[in-house]
Amino acid sequence: MSYALEIEQLYKTYDNGFTALQGISLAVQEGDFFALLGPNGAGKSTTLGVVSSLVNKSQGQVRVFGYDLDIDLSAAKQLMGIVPQEFNFNMFERVIDIVVQQAGYYGIPKVEAKQRATELLKQLGLWDQHKQAARTLSGGMKRRLMIARALVHRPKLLILDEPTAGVDIELRRSMWAFLEQINAQCTTIILTTHYLEEAESLCRNIAIIDHGKIVENTSMQSLLRQLNTETFILDLAEELHKLPESSDYRAHLLNPQQLQVTINRQQNLNKVFEDLSDMGVQVTSMRNKTNRLEELFIDLVQNNQTEITGA
Amino acid sequence: MSITEIYIAWMTIVRKEIKRFMRIWVQTLIPPSITMVLYFVIFGNLIGERIGPMGGFDYMQFVVPGLIMMAVITNSYGNVVSSFYSTKYQGNIEEMLVSPTPNWVILAGYITGGVARGLAVGLIVTTLSLFFTHLSIHNFAIIVMVVLMTSILFSLGGFINAIYANSFDDISIIPTFVLTPLTYLGGVFYSIDLLPDFWSTVSQANPILYMVNAFRYGILGVSDISVAWAFAVIGFFIVVLFAYSMHLLNTGKGIRK
Repeated sequence: MSYALEIEQLYKTYDNGFTALQGISLAVQEGDFFALLGPNGAGKSTTLGVVSSLVNKSQGQVRVFGYDLDIDLSAAKQLMGIVPQEFNFNMFERVIDIVVQQAGYYGIPKVEAKQRATELLKQLGLWDQHKQAARTLSGGMKRRLMIARALVHRPKLLILDEPTAGVDIELRRSMWAFLEQINAQCTTIILTTHYLEEAESLCRNIAIIDHGKIVENTSMQSLLRQLNTETFILDLAEELHKLPESSDYRAHLLNPQQLQVTINRQQNLNKVFEDLSDMGVQVTSMRNKTNRLEELFIDLVQNNQTEITGA
Repeated sequence: MSITEIYIAWMTIVRKEIKRFMRIWVQTLIPPSITMVLYFVIFGNLIGERIGPMGGFDYMQFVVPGLIMMAVITNSYGNVVSSFYSTKYQGNIEEMLVSPTPNWVILAGYITGGVARGLAVGLIVTTLSLFFTHLSIHNFAIIVMVVLMTSILFSLGGFINAIYANSFDDISIIPTFVLTPLTYLGGVFYSIDLLPDFWSTVSQANPILYMVNAFRYGILGVSDISVAWAFAVIGFFIVVLFAYSMHLLNTGKGIRK
């Protein structure tokens, strides 16, 4: 099995003494769509920073398609495209120049770089703005510009650090479609995100990092199987002012006509309907709450927190 | 990276740098030209006539080579320090750092940008000086070599300053408190033969004295110091600053966490 990224026992302690990574090990298969999740300050960006060589590691090994960063850094860099969390292009330069320049840093001749930049800007819906200064773009456009810039040298591994932060839902979904498309063309993708729904719908494998340690590293399917509870949202015919009380499920009102109910996966919903029926409340419709991963994520991080504090 | 790819990466940085200072030419090319014209008018014409000859030439002819060098020095330094610091400040230094472009190519690209601006301003100032005096060429090769080497040296200085700078204030401290005094005391306006022995000896510790005098020799054929010794001093400082810049880049000082 070939790996796009292999990290072994990675440690990072910053100059101020803060240890961001405490022996992280993980492997991402070639062609995978991989999510790296974790709360703020968990070590996600530091991990990606070390991989992209923007952060000097304290200890450990990183290999990109078999190229050790300590030995073949140039070869490894040639295969990676990086989309950082913060906008880091020159705001005064034109959109097309930013992408063409990036190609130049990879040794791509100008004529070819212009062709590639044109192609990418059209695919990402930025062609109409290609002569504009980057500072005039909206937040979503700036995010797409960073993706275009990262792809101009046709990397085999694309690393995205919160690529859809601050992007509206419609645009986010179009970016998902674009990322799925390039993943289908054999580009391995690693992303960090705060939108757990994003990880759930895009990624096949996942690692959860907290306090500089990997607390879970598995396939998305097996992770979701660990989920013991399931949450439903019930739409009610009339307003409800008193919650049904039961030890079989947890209920709370999202608004007077919407009830959220969480039950164990082994149990059925009959009891909920009985209780509501006894209260004279009619249920007009029902759906699963989509971001099941969020619950699991919180459970895992809380468990890790408990272990750290020894509580 | 292959040689061709390295050349493309280097040219990308050079083109970006030249485009940058040309885009803001009102800030980069015009102010030094106006400043130098004022020097020519005040020190050359108005005060110079009362000072009389210096080093066997009238004062205007004596002072022009020094003023041209002053423009080259401040602009080479200023270009790299402001451009590289802005790149660092905006974060777009990361565009180069994540790419396979070797560190020495990044450094060479910025130095070339600094040299390009130094030469551009030097040419403008030289052209303007012709409205005030006649300039002969004693040794063209020395003129070219000294200007290039001086420009490279101060581009390197600007690069190191930018690496250490943590704020926009930090990029003006060295030019204000080190570069300007050294330039003024580097024999731009006077021959060190006029100084008492002690101060003449002290002046020889100022590297700018060697650049100004070597350049003056290329134009007028007179110098306070040996031209060969001047080249050796400039070459020595270039090697030292280049090695130090590479060390800073390789360790990631100020640019990698």
